[in-house]
Amino acid sequence: MILDETHDCRDAFAEELVRLARADDRIVAVCNDSVGSSKLGSFAAEFPDRLVNVGIAEQDMVGIGAGLANAGLVPFVCGAATFLTARALEQIKADVAYSLANVKLCGMSPGLAYGALGPTHHSTEDLSWLRAIADLPVIVPADPAQTRAAIRWAAETDGPVFLRIGRFPVPDVSPPGGPAFTYGRAVRLREGVDATIVATGTMVSRAMQAAALLEERGVQARVVNVSTVAPLDREEIMAAARQTGAVVTAEEAVPTGGLGAAVAEVVLETRPVPMRLLGTRAFAPTGETGFLLEYFGLTADGIARTALEVLGLDHS
Amino acid sequence: MTLTPTAHELLLPDHDAIAGWRRLRERLARADRDAAATALATLSGEIRRTVISTITAAGLGHAGGDLSVTDILTTLYGAVLRVDPADPGWPDRDRFVLSKGHCSVALYTTLATCGFFSADRLSTFAAPLSPLNGHPSRRAVPGVETSTGPLGHGLPVGVGIAVGLRLRGSAARTVVVLGDGELQEGSNWEAAMTAGHRGLASLTAVIDRNGLQQGARTSDTNDLEPLADKWRAFGWEAVEVDGHDHLALLDAVTAPHGSGRPRCVIARTVKGRGVSFMEDRVEWHHKVPDAEQARTALEELR
Repeated sequence: MILDETHDCRDAFAEELVRLARADDRIVAVCNDSVGSSKLGSFAAEFPDRLVNVGIAEQDMVGIGAGLANAGLVPFVCGAATFLTARALEQIKADVAYSLANVKLCGMSPGLAYGALGPTHHSTEDLSWLRAIADLPVIVPADPAQTRAAIRWAAETDGPVFLRIGRFPVPDVSPPGGPAFTYGRAVRLREGVDATIVATGTMVSRAMQAAALLEERGVQARVVNVSTVAPLDREEIMAAARQTGAVVTAEEAVPTGGLGAAVAEVVLETRPVPMRLLGTRAFAPTGETGFLLEYFGLTADGIARTALEVLGLDHS
Repeated sequence: MTLTPTAHELLLPDHDAIAGWRRLRERLARADRDAAATALATLSGEIRRTVISTITAAGLGHAGGDLSVTDILTTLYGAVLRVDPADPGWPDRDRFVLSKGHCSVALYTTLATCGFFSADRLSTFAAPLSPLNGHPSRRAVPGVETSTGPLGHGLPVGVGIAVGLRLRGSAARTVVVLGDGELQEGSNWEAAMTAGHRGLASLTAVIDRNGLQQGARTSDTNDLEPLADKWRAFGWEAVEVDGHDHLALLDAVTAPHGSGRPRCVIARTVKGRGVSFMEDRVEWHHKVPDAEQARTALEELR
């Protein structure tokens, strides 16, 4: 993991989508006046007829996505995650998931990415809302390699998908050589026996850093990257609880209903162990994204301190 | 991908019904206007009677709206839509979306009449594990293009279908039937704006304008008028017709397009049409007839 080189996953998303669209003329992009913020400029330049910009109208956008899928196309419906999921939640439920429409919902710039623009623009509830919808896979890539692989999987798979495409710069975390993304499978990035940090998206690299800090304190922390938040890799979570005895979750979202709740459900039902759920527990105050992550303890140090706390060790 | 297991029976095409429906289509294509009107009226009568029987037996349904939309459905499936009940996924089929999904019994009865599935399955409506839910599901019912029920969903999907068919170079058309009350949902106007902007001439919206919504008259709740002007302002052609006159509906839906614009047909209808004690009465939005009322209704519909 090279921590000093970071990436905006939207770039990997945009490049991969263009590459896929060259090979498959069924692929279309749909957006809500978000050509720039969804990084669809190169797609628009190469496939002007295959970009459906509906304007600022998210319910229309998702319904149109379902209609395009009905007509035999493969729509990637892109918008800022908060507007896509909150504004069009019923369309996502009824037109996409319940109708089993082959729509790829792409929530751009999720979590706290919009920083000082404030809580109206933060997408911190999306994981909770979407995880409650049946038959809708919720995918959160952690780095560019996962982003590319997840988009390829989505394009090849018939059915609804939600992809959370990060904007906040992240380092590469995927181990070289192996598949960057396997649907439904969590990836164990670091072995450990004392506790497990289960992280998703932007939190994965910070979880790895936290494990390094914990090692200095003599604690061997396992790190698990959950890129398929729904359906969750239950086996990997059960193994974490059984083999390490303590679990900390970290997500750039409210933990009530998102990754934290998902992991807690499995742990509670199978092997109850002490847990802590890290996330955004309130509307954020004013500040840029990095500051807000610190504010909520979503840092290497914050994760490490939480792990020590759950283990009953002094974290002062 | 792991999906919700299918708990309902699989609905299969009814080939005898398909043959009967094809004969009707051919007869209508050759018939003079009087004969066509008579044939469509006969079909509507049969569907209305089945609607009443089905809702009464199930103890659930939206009789008023079913009866107001019936003539629209029979006109579309009897004489307009190019669909194949034996091959519901045919890529170049015309697409039909019932946005007012609560009128599922009228739709199910119409689909069964065409042979998408056997009419004897209508008796399972709303029963445990029946594919025929209170609102139509794309998962369970062949011929249903998208699941509807929450209002204001059908037109955006119809717009997406029309955009997609045009991109694919298909000449198929898309027809969406909406209730008038659901036009209070803003999503319809997002979609209307998009369709007007894009000049989707292959898209037709038919408004079942019965003037009543669940709780009161639309005019007393959140008035829609001047309705045709609204559609024209959004870049559509708009015509108003008697929604119980099959030939007027047929002419409105099939008139040649000169404008390159999507078309809105405002079909003036009567909620509960054909049953004296239901007509234009708000309580029959979702009231279920008792046995005596059902008997009376069926007699009046003969």
